[in-house]
Amino acid sequence: MIELKNIGKTFDDGFQALKDIDLTFEEGKINVLIGPSGCGKTTTMKLLNRLVDYTQGEILIDEENIKDINPITLRRKMGFVIQNIGLFPHMTIYNNVATVPKLLKWEKKKIRNRVVELLEMVNLDPETYMLRYPSELSGGQQQRIGVIRALAAEPSTILMDEPFSALDPISREQLQDELLRLQSEINKTIIFVTHDMDEAIKIADQIILMKDGNIVQKGSPQQILENPANDFVKDFIGEKRLGMDRKLPQLNEFISKDYIAVSDDTSVELAMDKMIANQIAEAPVVKHDGSYAGVINLYEMLSNKDQNLQDLINQSSSVITEEEETENVLKKLDKLHGSTPIISAGNALVGILDKDKLLQALKDVTEGKSGVA
Amino acid sequence: MEFISRLVQYIIENYSELLSLSIEHLLMVAYGIGLALIVGVPLGIIAAKFEKLAPVIISLTNILQLIPSLAMLAILMLYLGFGFETIVVGLFLYSLLPIVKNTYVGIKEVDDSIIEAGVGNGMTTLQLLLKIQFPLSIPFLLAGVRLAAVIAISVATLGPYVGAGGLGKEIISGISLQSDVKIYAGTIIATLMAIIADILLGKIEGKTKRRLA
Repeated sequence: MIELKNIGKTFDDGFQALKDIDLTFEEGKINVLIGPSGCGKTTTMKLLNRLVDYTQGEILIDEENIKDINPITLRRKMGFVIQNIGLFPHMTIYNNVATVPKLLKWEKKKIRNRVVELLEMVNLDPETYMLRYPSELSGGQQQRIGVIRALAAEPSTILMDEPFSALDPISREQLQDELLRLQSEINKTIIFVTHDMDEAIKIADQIILMKDGNIVQKGSPQQILENPANDFVKDFIGEKRLGMDRKLPQLNEFISKDYIAVSDDTSVELAMDKMIANQIAEAPVVKHDGSYAGVINLYEMLSNKDQNLQDLINQSSSVITEEEETENVLKKLDKLHGSTPIISAGNALVGILDKDKLLQALKDVTEGKSGVA
Repeated sequence: MEFISRLVQYIIENYSELLSLSIEHLLMVAYGIGLALIVGVPLGIIAAKFEKLAPVIISLTNILQLIPSLAMLAILMLYLGFGFETIVVGLFLYSLLPIVKNTYVGIKEVDDSIIEAGVGNGMTTLQLLLKIQFPLSIPFLLAGVRLAAVIAISVATLGPYVGAGGLGKEIISGISLQSDVKIYAGTIIATLMAIIADILLGKIEGKTKRRLA
């Protein structure tokens, strides 16, 4: 865990880049620093490997003060992916990836195994690529190498400075997906700087939105989208993305009135005929006053033809009440069947759940959210 | 036409003499540039690493280059006497500017993001210099060597004035004997030497550059 306490940074020319930053980067999470240019996001990140030193406050890495760690040692323990890829053009891919292990004087064999493993991790065939030079690779491939170079010496923390901003949109998407996939395997503490809100929403566990050297808001993408702290945050997120996070429609949108109900005083035989004619296996049962009595199952009736219909009603079958939140219904969706009855507060049957329509609405919302503008 | 056949005949007849003069000429140039590399590369690195020293170092080497070559050799002769060493030191001083300046520029030209990647991955200043900055400045350095070689081959023809040999000997004796073939033979060989050096070093430079592109 990395903690920044009351961090301030004033440059020699008097420019105050950071003002009183309090921040925690949790273990194994992707933390995204975002904001307009000049907001201090990159400066904040570079404090962590001491490419920039702060002038006020303290930074603790696993309780240890960062100033007590030799900067060279610190940097070798922290992966660093830079904005313009920054591969060493005079070195082969192998030597690029092996940079930190070599600095740490790993054994040759161990380095080789690690390089092969990493190349395979990002789906670049080691035999094909190991001995090539960076200029022989596409931009997307180069930044994959940039990312695995940062992973080479198994650092617990990785700093990424707008790593995908120089890539074309398709490669960018791919690398974001790959980063998420990698992260699910490696679980590093990632500090990721970007100015792209779509990217932040897509990959972040925690978003830290900054402006003029201050943190304006921090939280999960969901929290920030749902409760933007002020107009600046709203502006920065953009109307469109705020719209994406709209809630699902009210439950009554998904109540189907087009259903077959059986009244509790009909005979089993008549009820069966009705259900077979409509090709349904289950139907809600209503009393003569219109209140809900339970559900009846066709197969149940088939094997108990001689019984009274009222005795065959399943009263414990799950129901949804009219007032329930749509989200709540979604949570128990797997326990519901296609024609779950919806009842009013007064126990009257108001309709059945239209599961297809609900799933479609859910699909619309989630697609809107991950869609790229 | 008659002149050309006389020239060719002269060169064929004096083949071994001209060859040994050429070798001597090349040696002077090689020693001069070798020394300039030994001194100039570190100077260029120092200039790049200590920005405040850069104008001093570059200006000094620049002034050396501005002294007329005959005058420079004459002054050196006052202290070093007549001989091979004097011309080598002269060529060394002449080669300093392109080598120092190109080393300096080459190191300065290394992309900031590459430097940041080196530092950010935990390289020390020395490791950064040896593994990143210096190797990446080599194409520039080679361009400097190429320029230095062409200049040195031409300046080296003044060798005989300070008691050294080389192709200048042929030209100067051509002047005193009023022999056009001697003057042309010396000139043509020295010029060819410069052209070949330029092409060869240019090829090597291109090769290193291509890989870094």
